[in-house]
Amino acid sequence: MPAPLIEMRGISKSFGAVMANEAVDLSVAPGEILGLLGENGAGKTTLMNVLFGAYAPDAGEILVEGRPVTINNSADALAAGIGMVHQHFHLAPRLSVLENLLIGIPGKSGRIDRAGGLARLAEIGHQHGLTLDPDLPVSALSIGEQQRLEIVKALFRGARLLILDEPTAVLAPTEVDGLFSALRSMAAQGLGIIFISHKLNEVRALTHRCVVLRHGRVTGRVDAPASTTSSEMARLMCGHEIVPPARGPSTPGAAVLTLDGISTSRHSGMALRDVSLSVRAGEILGIAGVSGNGQRALAEVISGVRAPDAGRMTIAGKSVSRFSPREVQALGLGRIPEDRMTTGLVTNLPLADSMVLPRIGTGAFSRNGLLRPDAIHAFAEEQIKAYDIRCPGPMTRAGALSGGNLQKALLARELAFDPKVLIVSQPTRGLDIGAARFIHEKFLDMRARGCGIVVIGEDLEELLMLCDRIAVMYEGCIVGTLDSADATIARLGLMMTGAEGHS
Amino acid sequence: MFRLEARTSTPAWFNLALPLLAIGATLVLCSGLIALAGAGVIEAYGVMFAASLGDSYAITETLVRATPMIFTGLAVAVAFRAKFWNIGAEGQLLAGAVASCAVGAIPMPGPLAMLLMALAGAAAGAAVALIPATLRVKFKVDDVVSSLLLNSVIFYALMALIEGPWKDSFSGYPISPPIEDSANFPVLLEGTRLHLGVVAAFVAAPVIWFLIARTTLGFRIRVIGENPEAARYGGIHVERVLISTALLSGALAGLAGVSEVGGVHFQVMSDISPGYGYSGIVVAMLARLNPLGVMPAALFLAAVMTGAEAMSRATGVPAFLSDVIQGTALLAMLVALLFTAYRIRRVGAA
Ligand SMILES: Nc1ncnc2c1ncn2[C@@H]1O[C@H](COP(=O)(O)OP(=O)(O)O)[C@@H](O)[C@H]1O
Ligand SMILES: [Mg+2]
Repeated sequence: MPAPLIEMRGISKSFGAVMANEAVDLSVAPGEILGLLGENGAGKTTLMNVLFGAYAPDAGEILVEGRPVTINNSADALAAGIGMVHQHFHLAPRLSVLENLLIGIPGKSGRIDRAGGLARLAEIGHQHGLTLDPDLPVSALSIGEQQRLEIVKALFRGARLLILDEPTAVLAPTEVDGLFSALRSMAAQGLGIIFISHKLNEVRALTHRCVVLRHGRVTGRVDAPASTTSSEMARLMCGHEIVPPARGPSTPGAAVLTLDGISTSRHSGMALRDVSLSVRAGEILGIAGVSGNGQRALAEVISGVRAPDAGRMTIAGKSVSRFSPREVQALGLGRIPEDRMTTGLVTNLPLADSMVLPRIGTGAFSRNGLLRPDAIHAFAEEQIKAYDIRCPGPMTRAGALSGGNLQKALLARELAFDPKVLIVSQPTRGLDIGAARFIHEKFLDMRARGCGIVVIGEDLEELLMLCDRIAVMYEGCIVGTLDSADATIARLGLMMTGAEGHS
Repeated sequence: MFRLEARTSTPAWFNLALPLLAIGATLVLCSGLIALAGAGVIEAYGVMFAASLGDSYAITETLVRATPMIFTGLAVAVAFRAKFWNIGAEGQLLAGAVASCAVGAIPMPGPLAMLLMALAGAAAGAAVALIPATLRVKFKVDDVVSSLLLNSVIFYALMALIEGPWKDSFSGYPISPPIEDSANFPVLLEGTRLHLGVVAAFVAAPVIWFLIARTTLGFRIRVIGENPEAARYGGIHVERVLISTALLSGALAGLAGVSEVGGVHFQVMSDISPGYGYSGIVVAMLARLNPLGVMPAALFLAAVMTGAEAMSRATGVPAFLSDVIQGTALLAMLVALLFTAYRIRRVGAA
């Protein structure tokens, strides 16, 4: 066994009363892919930030190739050969790929070494299949490409250990495969990799060894992830068994949402072309598809943020005329947006404000133009309790909540008004198993109570588990709808490429 | 070695501590300038304090000074809450002054005149603020630039008026005809200049606080400022709220002009505002955009202004120090605001 590339010994770090890391030991050997596993808030990011020099640990030491080092900032970390791809990227959007790569790299006699940069970029791209167009501005890159650039940036700066903080949370399933093959290729060349995720199947497929964190402490080490069962790992992560919810039979009622020949103009992203669908009471309809095939436009039309150019929509039998958020809400539609942080909530204001935002003008929260602070506070408090939203209280800044708690808050603010139909995009993206399970159970609950639900998603396993029927979108059209009894991942995958139509 | 670490929450006492810190830092920094001008620092600040807050007459003078800055501070605070970058309170103030002067010159019963002056001034200020807001909503024109440049336009329009049709034909000075005596705001304390407008300003601040904190319009203003996308998704008409904010902001700045015409100058001249509109930005920032905080912040700047003149007379330090203090206070506050987002942490030597 080679000497560890990096070793962390007895690392502790607290934020006020929160022990984010407690006596954590961890090491990575050259050529090894180490999985760092844990639920949201387990302390994974904090631990890696300590390694990367963003936080000073309260206790413990870091050794690089056996020598103790002090890492005070990212420059120290890079000098020690440690590179990190953060959950939120650190790129300059207006600069090109090459310029981003060369930021902070001293060139020859004060001039930027463009040619040298291009050559290295091509070399790295060739070695690991991480190709990028050097002249494209970063703002024109997809999320997956931006992530690729972050990885290349780290390699460019001579990283021998690469930390990836939940890299797959932002990727479509197809992009995940590309990332994994690049990581395997890098490991084969002797790089150490720390891969953070809470998705067990990914960790089992990719890593050589895992460390599991819970409440800041190491609760388990797995030496052979590929041959360890998911439920065993889930138990280490959550501290208890996780049982998938069962979707019982249901007897759908009348249609509560219908779209008839809906088309939109190409405004931003893929337009809709003649989309028709219907959801009945007590039914969950999944919308599958590779992202960028019109799902966003569909969600926007149904949510009343964008009016279609043609077509009709009804909610609970009533025709929608103005396609405004207020109108669709008043007709009984509940909405949960894809992007919690930017569309769902106001991160800088108290959580209570976000929880009443869509219905602030209704009698529940205001009267004659005056807010009812007591009613708002009571509503938020009630939902925090009912949905077990972990936060100090309604006045907490919404941005301080974790993803799972934010999603619960968004769910609570809709379900409190007993919607007849619910539209939700990517309901569990970025959530850990426990939080995802909670959300799934709520959906099945609503279904049992006669709510019609539309779930737009990319995770086919999730859709198959939740949905009664699954419609597949391709290039702005619905190319087919399957009963989930007849649907398989393979069949849906094929339809998502536009290869098979079925109705 | 020290470094900045991101904070997840800001303690409540920061709201008070930060402005005080900024003011303290400002006074320390400016003491260097006083020393450079050859005066004793303690003595100079002593004179400033005595002249602005030392006796009851000085206090009333400071209150009178603070009044227009409370209005412009409120105007800026409201606008900035919605992230409508209204740098045009100065022009809106001038527009309000001109409109109220025109109305005040028409003979009519006093109370009616005062009411109409206020309405006309508020409307004029609102109309001016509507321009950058509309340009932003309709054509995405940067509101900082448009509202700032409008200040010059309004100023020269005012000059054209008092050099032209309003020019005092008798003396030949570029000043407007005075308003009717009956339209002069009543003085509340015999022997001082404490006028009705001062009370109006101190009433306006809590009213605006209530509007922002307790009404649906205020809620919408806060939300569109923090996250317009979430606001739109939540069913708020972002553009409409932005326009309402601009109208409110402009009206408040216009009232600053009304109060100066009705309570202090009784006519319009070119130097009716020594930059009260710009001071409003400093006031709003010191107040952390809280309408209630606008009152003490405006009082501080007013005290500096009244005090600086006396200090200049007594010690020979140029009265420009007042401008330097204002500017430094703004910069100090902007630096202090950093501490709401970051904390300083000591780390071991590298
Ligand atoms: N800068 C910070 N200030 C205060 N608390 C923090 C900070 N960063 C993380 N925490 C807390 O530390 C814990 C671990 O967080 P984190 O490392 O982000 O977890 P993970 O990455 O595993 O989801 C959480 O309870 C989180 O709220
Ligand atoms: Mg994390």
